[in-house]
Amino acid sequence: MNVKDGYFYSKEHEWVKIEGNKAKAGISDYAQHKLGDITYVDLPVAGKAVKQFEVLTGIESVKAASDIYSPMTGKVVVVNSKLENAPELVNKSPYEEGWIVEMEISNLSETSNLMNAAAYKTFLSGLEE
Amino acid sequence: MDHKNTVLYDEHIKLKALMAPFAGWNMPIHYGSIIEETKYTRTAAAAFDICHMGEFIVTEDPAKSTLDETITNPVVKMKPLTCRYGFLLNDNGTPIDDLIVYRMKEDKWMIVVNASNIEHDAKKIKANLSKEAGFEDISGASVKIDLQGPKSMEVMKKLVGDSIKKLKYFQFDTFDLLGGRHIISRTGYTGELGYELYISADKGVELWKKLLADPLVKPAGLGARDILRLEAGLPLYGDELTESVTPLEAGMEKFLDFEKEFIGREALLKQKRTGITKKLTGVAIEGRRTPRHTNRVHINNSDCGFVTSGVFSPHLNKGIGFMYLDTDKVIEGNEVLIKLDKGETSGRITTPPFIKNTSIKYQEA
Repeated sequence: MNVKDGYFYSKEHEWVKIEGNKAKAGISDYAQHKLGDITYVDLPVAGKAVKQFEVLTGIESVKAASDIYSPMTGKVVVVNSKLENAPELVNKSPYEEGWIVEMEISNLSETSNLMNAAAYKTFLSGLEE
Repeated sequence: MDHKNTVLYDEHIKLKALMAPFAGWNMPIHYGSIIEETKYTRTAAAAFDICHMGEFIVTEDPAKSTLDETITNPVVKMKPLTCRYGFLLNDNGTPIDDLIVYRMKEDKWMIVVNASNIEHDAKKIKANLSKEAGFEDISGASVKIDLQGPKSMEVMKKLVGDSIKKLKYFQFDTFDLLGGRHIISRTGYTGELGYELYISADKGVELWKKLLADPLVKPAGLGARDILRLEAGLPLYGDELTESVTPLEAGMEKFLDFEKEFIGREALLKQKRTGITKKLTGVAIEGRRTPRHTNRVHINNSDCGFVTSGVFSPHLNKGIGFMYLDTDKVIEGNEVLIKLDKGETSGRITTPPFIKNTSIKYQEA
């Protein structure tokens, strides 16, 4: 499974890429692979405030409907509107074109509750048989 | 619980299939993408491992047919080398299984049944056949591979010759294949032109490899099969058909021959007189959300039914599903609200099939 350096990861397989007080978030390559073809992403409204590890939004695949948890506390500023008609971008490009939201964050220290790329790789290897 | 492997198991692993348990078997769900396999089947030709399904052979004098009195299919009226869809019912008219009967000779039939019901079906059918009738469960010795899609005739011509063209929808014959004579029927579960191939278990891998060696053919798993059958408006035993519904409620009256005897006939004649209170229909979602098994269905804030199965249709770019609704609520085009596991979504009552104008009845001169 592809893990991107420079991103932080949650145990629920969300990623976050931090630039200043902005953070882009999506789901990891492992998550998209486990979910299978993504058929629907429920895009949250801009302005939505959410705490770290609370439900950010929902996603549906050919298999099931799942929750996506927010990797950081913050406020949604932009959503990836391309996903409305092309949710398969999450499968094709989970770390780039398949980003889900951009958030304004205030507490950078929350990254201590997340894993860096190396730690996430180790975490994944523990999940795989 | 231990799940059985089909003879093609090693082939699926080589193709990096995602395997999962289905009806007691380890089956390929997909080989990379359910959506891509679904689309490919409607544009070219896809091979499906359907070895888990069961096959019985019944032999008896057609003048004294007890099989005819057992299942809903008119097995004595059928012409040889044709197939008919029908049911094995309980006395109360609910289905134990849905099945397809092949009339092989005047006095010989093959019955194809669902994997999860093989034992139950065999017991029920045997108990109703006369002592003179022969019954054999050949499920273990036989392998079934489906080839489905608009290009499947082209593939089959290369495999068995131009004589494949003579098969019309729901006809079958035996063909020379891999050094033997084997049954091939013009049937399927996708709504496309397609074939079901029955071959002895020892030839299964060879046939699978031969099909996939054709550049027109790709493998497809049960995930794609489920979307394809739903788009085509075909019910699945366990979802739309269970021991809690009748074929009348499922809209399957044309597969019941009331002019002859069958188990459950009395109960269904009674239900025809009193009327049905719920009816199977379809729902097309307005948008990309997927209705799923057991979701409740509301109309004007009142609960009036439930979803039996649903998928995202990559051909319509929307969620579709089957649902049972209170009979008086089944009005084409009316709006329903589906209570999803997470949230809710609206859709419109739509009589299946959801996809029309497919290659299913294609005939070549």
